[in-house]
Amino acid sequence: MRSLATCERPAQRSAAISVRHACVRYGAREVLSDMTLDVRSGEFVCLLGPSGCGKTTLLNAMAGFVPLASGSIEIEGVPVTGPGGDRGMVFQEYALFPWFTVAENVQYGPRLRGASREELERITEHYLGLVQLPNYRDYYPNQLSGGQRQRVAIARALANQPKILLMDEPFGALDAMTRESLQQQLLDLWQAEPRTCIFVTHSVGEAAFLAETIVVMRSQPGRIHATIRNDNTRPRDRTSDAYFAMYRRIDRALRGEAMDEPQEVAAP
Amino acid sequence: MNASTVPETALGTRVLTRRERYALGTVSLLAIIAIWQFATGMGWINPVLLPSPLEIVKALIASVEDGTLFVNILASLLRVVEGFLVAFVVAVPLGVAMGLSRLTEGLVDPLLELLRPIPPIAVIPLAILWFGIGEFSKVWIIAYGAFFPILVNTMAGFREVERVHVRAAQALGANRFQIFRDVVLRSALPFVIVGARLGMSMAFIVLVAAELIASSSGLGFMISDARYKFRTDQIFLGMACIGVLGFGLNMILLATERRLLKWKTA
Repeated sequence: MRSLATCERPAQRSAAISVRHACVRYGAREVLSDMTLDVRSGEFVCLLGPSGCGKTTLLNAMAGFVPLASGSIEIEGVPVTGPGGDRGMVFQEYALFPWFTVAENVQYGPRLRGASREELERITEHYLGLVQLPNYRDYYPNQLSGGQRQRVAIARALANQPKILLMDEPFGALDAMTRESLQQQLLDLWQAEPRTCIFVTHSVGEAAFLAETIVVMRSQPGRIHATIRNDNTRPRDRTSDAYFAMYRRIDRALRGEAMDEPQEVAAP
Repeated sequence: MNASTVPETALGTRVLTRRERYALGTVSLLAIIAIWQFATGMGWINPVLLPSPLEIVKALIASVEDGTLFVNILASLLRVVEGFLVAFVVAVPLGVAMGLSRLTEGLVDPLLELLRPIPPIAVIPLAILWFGIGEFSKVWIIAYGAFFPILVNTMAGFREVERVHVRAAQALGANRFQIFRDVVLRSALPFVIVGARLGMSMAFIVLVAAELIASSSGLGFMISDARYKFRTDQIFLGMACIGVLGFGLNMILLATERRLLKWKTA
């Protein structure tokens, strides 16, 4: 577990991602309106909101897939002008290359950078070990289950050593039990190799379980409605009062209710 | 998803194993030949119209001995391969350009849509007028026939590259060339191979038609020549050769497909 002291060190307090008045338009429609957001280095942020609130658009803008109509997004002070290997991406639909084996998928980023054969071996072994699929190197993606595919996709993104990990509803297509298990595995990975994570979800529980900061968004046009800090200690217990309190707080924000103070848990 | 489960159809009946399929196919083929031999042997059918299987085998042996079968097969095979290669070399780059560039597609597609419904067999008379009855004419007709299946499938393959795969490669640091090599080509390849297979079978259909009309060698020639001589046995022999040859070429392409696309069948 990461101690708070680590987070508060000056070197880590610098903004990993700095979004300033970002607007995205599809034709005449404003999908993202005047978005301003700072993400600390190593922070785990969930973007939460209903469908069409622009949370995926914001993520895609950070990834450089979607151009801004105005405003700016900077990664460690460098403006985003297009996609790049410094921002790893995990997609809801896994997006593994079906023509590559599991190992070839995981090695893809490092191989492009000209890593040596030994290095590739080491990376593959390490990251497939981290996602607990060490014996699946020579399988093709279509031989794996959804949960396994997404673990390979996470390993592929991490193996490229990105500064930032961008995840677009990565567990949205999985069954509830697989999803909870992967949430825990993701947190384990994040704690083993702390890295700035932006995680798009429409699940309140997922945000309450994973995030340090929850950005609640609203639609038409997409904008930030509330930013909720989640200081619940880890490991988080999904049956604890603190978890329920956080869940309720996020849920109320999502429904558009007043949301300044944490709600007290009502006595039975 | 799991390779070890027993394959079943939607209705729950068991899927045949490869060995069972071969066995059943052999049984039905042998049964047909036996009935055929029996019916002709009993004199129920005029042997000039339908020779017995034995007669066809005799014709096979005779044409192997005098070397004409070999010459005809080789002539046909050469034309198919030449026509196919010409079609492939022209259709693939054009298909790539049309799949990747909306401008090219917009310019070329309407022309192709007008030409596509014209069956290749309908251009044979024109080819004879333009290019005569020599080899060039036949190769041109075959190439024309094989062209469209290859083009249409190549175009579809390159157009239907999934954006999420391109984005995944971009987010792993791939440049344009690397994306083309590792994502675009890879995902379009199955379509190109299917196009090649369809193009090859079309080349075969067109080949025989072209050879029936004007030629002095080839399996199509063999069949039409046999008709003038009232040699039904040779007609059947020619047809059987075309069938076997087409089947063999298709098997070769299927094997190539399986090799290149291991990830699809794994």
